[in-house]
Amino acid sequence: MAVRSLDAFARMSIGRAFSSGVGLVAGGFLVLLVLVALLAPWIAPFDYAAQNLMNANAAPAWPHLLGTDEFGRDVLSRVIHGARTSLSVSATAIAISMTAGMALGAAAGYFGGFFERAVMTVVDLTWSFPDILIALIFVAIIGPGLTSTTFAIAIAYLAQFTRLTRAQIVRLKRETFIEATINLGAKPTHILLRHLMPNAIAPVIVVGMLAIGDGIVLEATLGFFGLGAQPPTPSWGAMMSSGTAQLFLSPWVIIFPGVAVAVTVIAVNLFGDELIRALDIRDRLRGA
Amino acid sequence: MLSVRDLGVAFGSVQPLSGVSFTVSPGETLGIVGESGSGKSLTAMSVMGLLPLIGGRITGGTVEFDGADVTKLPERAYRKLRGGKIGLITQNPMTSLDPLQKIGPQVDDVAKLHMGMTGAEARARTVEILGTLRIPEPALICDRYPHQMSGGMKQRIVIAMALAADPDVLIADEPTTALDVTVQAQIIRLLDDLVKERNLALVLITHDMSVVAQTCDKIVVMYAGRAVEHGPVEAIFDRPRHPYTQALIACIPRGLDDATRLTGIEGTVPTVLNYPKGCPFHPRCPRAEAICAVEPPEFSVEGDSAAACHFAEVAHVQPA
Repeated sequence: MAVRSLDAFARMSIGRAFSSGVGLVAGGFLVLLVLVALLAPWIAPFDYAAQNLMNANAAPAWPHLLGTDEFGRDVLSRVIHGARTSLSVSATAIAISMTAGMALGAAAGYFGGFFERAVMTVVDLTWSFPDILIALIFVAIIGPGLTSTTFAIAIAYLAQFTRLTRAQIVRLKRETFIEATINLGAKPTHILLRHLMPNAIAPVIVVGMLAIGDGIVLEATLGFFGLGAQPPTPSWGAMMSSGTAQLFLSPWVIIFPGVAVAVTVIAVNLFGDELIRALDIRDRLRGA
Repeated sequence: MLSVRDLGVAFGSVQPLSGVSFTVSPGETLGIVGESGSGKSLTAMSVMGLLPLIGGRITGGTVEFDGADVTKLPERAYRKLRGGKIGLITQNPMTSLDPLQKIGPQVDDVAKLHMGMTGAEARARTVEILGTLRIPEPALICDRYPHQMSGGMKQRIVIAMALAADPDVLIADEPTTALDVTVQAQIIRLLDDLVKERNLALVLITHDMSVVAQTCDKIVVMYAGRAVEHGPVEAIFDRPRHPYTQALIACIPRGLDDATRLTGIEGTVPTVLNYPKGCPFHPRCPRAEAICAVEPPEFSVEGDSAAACHFAEVAHVQPA
């Protein structure tokens, strides 16, 4: 029941986020991007790994609309497949981070006391490390690649979700309807899952949405430094990195993946802002 | 049956409640009256076993439910009493319902929790209870969200939730304070009918003496965390012996002519940290004498009622 009403609530709000001009453009772009990522193998004009050294560093022209890189690989196909890598890594990482953060934050906020202090101290500690450093630790442990990147992003955002959820739960715990539920003899699990979480989740979803944008940037950064996706897996960050070598000779190799990152992140942020407006939760995002 | 004897409550070294006693039997309504800050709500919370949640503890006395002391019950066992045997209605119906859930599921939960009912059984029961609370079209109401309803309607839903598991005792903590006057009367009448129909024991906490006069069988007057006078409602209203009770009764507005001005009681209830020595009411009492500031008064019993005042024997001669 709780899930059903929450679902209706979410559908209504997301619909409202699409209703403004900015929301429609940004949201429409994101929907398109997700479709492109899902359908990459079918819509990419060329194999992203197919090399053609005879046609390396070719300027944008038919049939290579965005040109080719130093191995003669089609840049458009690589940007399309790169969307897949960027979105899936960022979304997976944020999903892990959000789930863990909500569980930790809710438990900390609800039970309080020593448990709360212990959890928050550890979580705040992770926040004090730069993202890159956390990524380096994972690379050192399990080697470079998308798994390290995913965990690095997940840990980088854990504190944000934990703190936000905890703040919501602490605030809601004092509400009259929670007191009323206790008066009716409800168990803590019932109160937490049925009443507190559904009321706390809206701002967490929005922060999650915005964090996907940040996650894409972080994934690109790690890829740029060679800590993320390994060749020949296409990743926007790694493509830009290889493009630096021919910055003046063939700028399209670095420009197009860069544009992809920038436009995607801007779209995510604009749509996130529209969601905040639609859910009417600007106040609740403060103090977390 | 609920029986509270000599209840004392402390938060750390502060003692906001002491020596509170009362008994309610099925079919009976007990009124607990007093100004804000006199300890009425705290008494209700103690009975519900909610003190640990707000950092308080019971320092003395007993709370007996069906002959067994429940003050020592562990939290898990207490949960069965809360909502199951003792229902509590709090003062603010506007915020007592989960804003994200429809009415039906919220009420269903109580029967599921305490009576082990399945979804369909609980819903049938919800519809039935909403019907007995004179809520029109109960089946439709189940599909509404709280924000779609009026305050009076929400208070009925809250009462329905408190009654859903068929408790023996109902504690109503200022159930009408947040409502319109016309709706107040409806809710009070509804509670009164429930007591008769379901043979409930009702504890009605209020600061409204006229409500007490209309509905209660017995009354406990509280001041600064103590019971100052208790007895059958007729006796108290006919012959109030504690000056505080007299003052409360004098505050009931009567008549419309200009000569009867609204009266009040000078001063305010002392805060927990500076309860006065001796009789707690003496700084505001029109009859206070030297002894009142030194010696806490004993209860002076007369028939079924008792008043904690040094001058209880003579006090019922009301000053003109």
